[in-house]
Amino acid sequence: MPSTRGQGNPPPASSVGSARPHLSDRAIQNLFIWPTLLLLIAVNLFPLLYSLYLSFTNFLAVQNKPPKWVGLANFATILASPEMWRYFATTGRYALITVGLQTVIGFGLAMLVRRKFFGSGLITTLILVPMMISPVVVGMFWKMIYNPNFGFFNFLLGAGDAGKGLDMLASKWFGASTPGLALIAVAIVDVWMWSPFVMLLVLSGLNAIPEYLYEAAAIDRASPWFQFRRITLPQVAPLLLIAVLFRTIEAFKSFDLVMGMTGGGPGDQTELIAINLYRQAFQGTFKTGFSSALAYIILILIIAASNLYIKYLNQIKGEA
Amino acid sequence: MARFEKRGPRSPITQSIRVDKVHPRARVLRRLIAILSLLVALIMLLPVFVMGISAFKTRADVMSSPPKILFRPTLEGFMLLFTDRAVVSQARQEELQQEARAGKLTLFARLALEAGMEITGPSAYVFRLWNSVIIAGISTVASVVLGLFAAYAFSRFKVPGKDDLLFFILSTRMLPAVVVTIPLFLMYRQLGLHDKHLGMIILYTVFNLSFSVWLLKGFIDEIPKEYEEAALVDGYTRLQAFFRVVLPQAASGVAATTVFCLIFAWNEYAFALMLTSQRARTAPPSIATMMGRGGIEWSAIAAGSLGFLIPVVIVTFALRKYLLRGITFGAIRG
Repeated sequence: MPSTRGQGNPPPASSVGSARPHLSDRAIQNLFIWPTLLLLIAVNLFPLLYSLYLSFTNFLAVQNKPPKWVGLANFATILASPEMWRYFATTGRYALITVGLQTVIGFGLAMLVRRKFFGSGLITTLILVPMMISPVVVGMFWKMIYNPNFGFFNFLLGAGDAGKGLDMLASKWFGASTPGLALIAVAIVDVWMWSPFVMLLVLSGLNAIPEYLYEAAAIDRASPWFQFRRITLPQVAPLLLIAVLFRTIEAFKSFDLVMGMTGGGPGDQTELIAINLYRQAFQGTFKTGFSSALAYIILILIIAASNLYIKYLNQIKGEA
Repeated sequence: MARFEKRGPRSPITQSIRVDKVHPRARVLRRLIAILSLLVALIMLLPVFVMGISAFKTRADVMSSPPKILFRPTLEGFMLLFTDRAVVSQARQEELQQEARAGKLTLFARLALEAGMEITGPSAYVFRLWNSVIIAGISTVASVVLGLFAAYAFSRFKVPGKDDLLFFILSTRMLPAVVVTIPLFLMYRQLGLHDKHLGMIILYTVFNLSFSVWLLKGFIDEIPKEYEEAALVDGYTRLQAFFRVVLPQAASGVAATTVFCLIFAWNEYAFALMLTSQRARTAPPSIATMMGRGGIEWSAIAAGSLGFLIPVVIVTFALRKYLLRGITFGAIRG
C-alpha cells in the first residue's frame, strides 16, 4: 500500500518525521566513501604504478636516458646481496625493540594517568610533547644530548669528562668500540618519541570501558590481575592493535630520525633499510629503478606484517 | 523489584561513591599515582628542557663542556632565527655602536651588532611558519572530515569489498616516502602543483587519510549501533542520526585524530623538502638547515623548534577535555 503523507498512514520507518527529501543509506554510503577513495586513488595510483614499472628497469634519475627494461634483475640483486639481508635484519631488530617497548611503556603510561587527579589533563598533555616535535629536530637535539663532550646524557650518567664515558652514537664505551650501542641509542629516541602515541590511543580505549564491568568484577572479588586480563586488555585491544599496526609500519619506514642522528653509522650498525633506500635513490648514482625494487620489497614485507595484525584484530573483534 | 531509575539522581554521577575509592588507602594511592605521573612527565620532558634552555644560550654556552644549566639567557638564538644578517665593516660597526649608545637600535639589532653583524631584513622563517599554519591547518581539517565520513560508512554499512577497500586505504601509507617522491615530483610538475600550497594540502590530506579512516573507524566501532537505531526509529534521518547522535559520541576520537593528523602534517619533512622550493615551503626543512658562520647554529635551531612546537602544544591542550574524556560513558556495548 503506497503511503500518503499526513493522512494518518504510518510511512516507512526510514522517512518518519522528515518532510524533506532525504538520502537513502546507499546514497549516504557512496557519498561518505567515494570522496576519500577517489582522492587516495588520484594521488597514489600514478606513483604506485610508476614506481612498480621503474622497479623492473635500470633507470637512473640523473641520466637523460629512458628507462630500460631489465626484468627481475633488480630484485635478484637485492635478494642475493648479504648486505641487504643484514639491513633487513637490523630493521627487524629495530622494529621489534621500538614497537615492543612503545607498547609496554605506552600502556603503562595510560594506566598511570587513567584516573583523574588534580592536574592530570596538564600532565597528560606534557607527556604527549615528545611526539609533537619534528622528527628532524628530535634527531638533532638527541644528537646533541648524546654528544660525549657537551651532551647531557653523559653528564647525567656522571661521566661528564670530555671525550670519555659513553659515546652512544659512535657505539663507544670509554673509548672501546661496543657494537650495538648506536642502535640502542636511536631506539631509545624512537621509544621516547612515540610511546605517547600508544599512550593516547590506549587511554581513549581505557576511557571507553564501562565502569560497571569493574564493579561487577569487584563484587565477584576478582583479583586486580584477573580484572586487567579479562576486562582491561580485551576492551583496549582493538585500539591498541591499531596503534601497534601504525607504529610497525612507521618502524619499517623509519628514516628521518635515524638519518639525522647517525646517518646509518658507525659503519652500518644503524643502516636501516629505509636509510639504505634513501642512499640508493638520492646519493651517488641515483639508482631509481633499483631503489623502486627495494621499496617494493619493503612494501611486501609491510603488507605481510599488517595482514597478520589485521587478522588478529578481526579475530578480537569477532570475540568481543 | 525496585526500579533504580525512579530513585536515582537526575544528573549523572561523575564522582565515584564506591567504598574502595573513597577509602583513605585509595586516596593515598591516588596521590602516589599523581606524583608518579608528574615524575614521568618530567623525565619525558628532559630533552625538551634541554632544547628550551638551548634556545636562550649563546653559541659558546651551548657547546660548553660539561653542559651548563645555569647561564646568562640571551635572545641571540631568536635574533638569528627571525632575521637575515650581513657581516659589516669596522667603520660601519662603529657607526652602529654610536646609534646603539643613543638607544636608537632595536634589541635584535644590538644583539646582531655584538656578533659584528647588521640586520638586513626579516628571515624566511616567519613566512614559512605561516605556510605551515595554512598547509597543516587545512589538510588536518580535510583529512579528519573526509576520514570521519568514510569511517562511519565503513563501520555501519555493508560496503561491498569492505576489507579490501580498507586495506587499500591502509596500503597508501606503506610505501616509503623516499620512493614515492620521484613519481610524485613528476606528477606534480605536470599538474602545476609543484611548490603550491594546494599541492601540499592535497598531499598531506592523502598522507593522513589512511590513518584518519582507520583510527576513526576504530572509535566509531566502539559506539553502540543501538543509539542510532533508536534515533532512526524516533524519526531521525540517517544524516541527522550521524550528526546528532554519533558525532557527539565520537568527540574523543575526533580530537585524538585531529591531534595526530596535525602533528604529522605540521612536522612533515621529506615531502616538504623535495616538493617545495620557495613559495610553499614549510618551516621544518628550514629549521634543520639553519647554518651560520660557525657551523650549526644550535641556539637558532632550538629557538625555531621551540617556536614551532608551541602552537601544537596549545591545540592539544585546548582539546584535552575531549582527548581524555571517555567515549561511551558506560553505554552498553553492542
